Order: sequence, then structure tokens, then C-alpha cells
Amino acid sequence: MTAVSRRSALGIGAGALALVTVKPAAAQFVRKDGAATLEAIRAFTGGKEAAPGKIVMDIPPLVENGNSAPLKLDVPGLGDGVFVRRIGVFNEKNPLPETVTLHLGPRTAPRVQTRIRLADSQTITAIAELSDGTFHSATADVIVTLAACVEG
Amino acid sequence: MARALVNAPKTAKAGEMMEIKTLISHVMETGFRPGMDGRIKPRDIITEFACEYDGEVVFRAALHPATSANPYLAFETRATRSGPMKLTWRGDNGFEQTETVDITVE
Repeated sequence: MTAVSRRSALGIGAGALALVTVKPAAAQFVRKDGAATLEAIRAFTGGKEAAPGKIVMDIPPLVENGNSAPLKLDVPGLGDGVFVRRIGVFNEKNPLPETVTLHLGPRTAPRVQTRIRLADSQTITAIAELSDGTFHSATADVIVTLAACVEG
Repeated sequence: MARALVNAPKTAKAGEMMEIKTLISHVMETGFRPGMDGRIKPRDIITEFACEYDGEVVFRAALHPATSANPYLAFETRATRSGPMKLTWRGDNGFEQTETVDITVE
């Protein structure tokens, strides 16, 4: 039986640690802060303030597969003659802040479902523009176990 | 031709909301993923979806790489008149596909 010396055992341990800490090169695309998100939201609203509320965003708080997270949007309780013009969904950490932009109208119900990709656990923001020119927002925190977008 | 699934009611009452569900097979390559050779694969996504019904585009969606592969979209539009509903997907590398469903409004 060949004894593993204390020195080589430590060396193996250090090597294993290095392997764990090295991230794939593609992870560079994941954004560190939400500056680009705020910029994208500003571009969407034209600098107007979005009031929290009115829009309801339904996304599971724990997403097991970031490649496909079900997203449900609804703007209930609109007054007569008021309709939703646009809904923009923005993420915080994907390579690009825009997620999906929906153009609705007076003949469409403000209820839409789709599936999105999430590269990391993050906050999702949805902003609705109503026909009266006001903006309303909703946010949701999502924990992602398997990340999407950047890994092969 | 990509495989597209459209679920829409064949008949509807005037004024009633109809739910339209669409799914199209597409890789939606983000342009951020490395391929087998380690190089980043070029972006290949569907960028736009539009639903035209009764002389008007009633629903439009701008898609980004953050949309899942095989984009799924479900929306509701008001039944107004009998006629065709045209669903069009457009994307990178000249991708374009149109599906038509006939809707009868009673």
C-alpha cells in the first residue's frame, strides 16, 4: 500500500478547490449589476415614473430549469375604455436586460403567457403602459437552480 | 419549415375573448453560448411574432434571447368578425413562417 504523504494530499485538495472556483468563460456575460436594466426600463418608459401595482406578474419563486420559466402577466381591473398598450419585461442578470416586449391593444385582453430564460437568481420587473399614458410595474424575485443562456 | 402549433377556437360568440395559444419549434440560439469547439455560436432567434385578425395587428411580441427555445405565447383577443387569423413569426437568417386559422364568429 502506498501511503499518500501529507504534502501531496494537501496538493490534491488545493487542485480540487481550484477546479471548483474556475467558472466557465461564458459566465462573463452574466451582468454584475442592474445598471443596464435601469437604462432599458428608462428607454421603455421614456423617463416616466412607473407606479408599483395594477400589473400582476406570476412566475414561480423557485425555478428549477432556467431554460424555461413560465411567466404569466395580467393587468386586472382596468376602467372602461382603458387598455394596455405595451408590457415590457426586464431582467437583472441575463446578458441582455430585455426579456420580452408585448404590444397589445383595445382588442386584446391584458393577459399573456410565455416562457423565459433566466441566467441566474434575480429580480424580474414587468412594466405596463396603459392607454392613458401611465406606467405600472411589478417585480418578482426568482431563485434559479439551473442557469440558462450562457452555458453550453 | 418549423413545426408550429396553434390552438384557437374554431367558433366564437361576437364580443367574447378568444384564447390563442401558439408554440413554434425553434432553437432560439442566444448568441452567448459556446459550441463544441469553444467558440460562441452566432445568434439565431425569432425576433418578432404578430397576430393579424380582422384587418388589424391585434397582438405583437418582440422576442429577445431571453425567450425560451420553442417560443410559447398565449394571449386573448376579442372575437369581432368571421375570417382568417394570420399568425406570423419572423427571425434571424430570414426566418419567416405564417400560419392561418379560420375563425367563425356567430
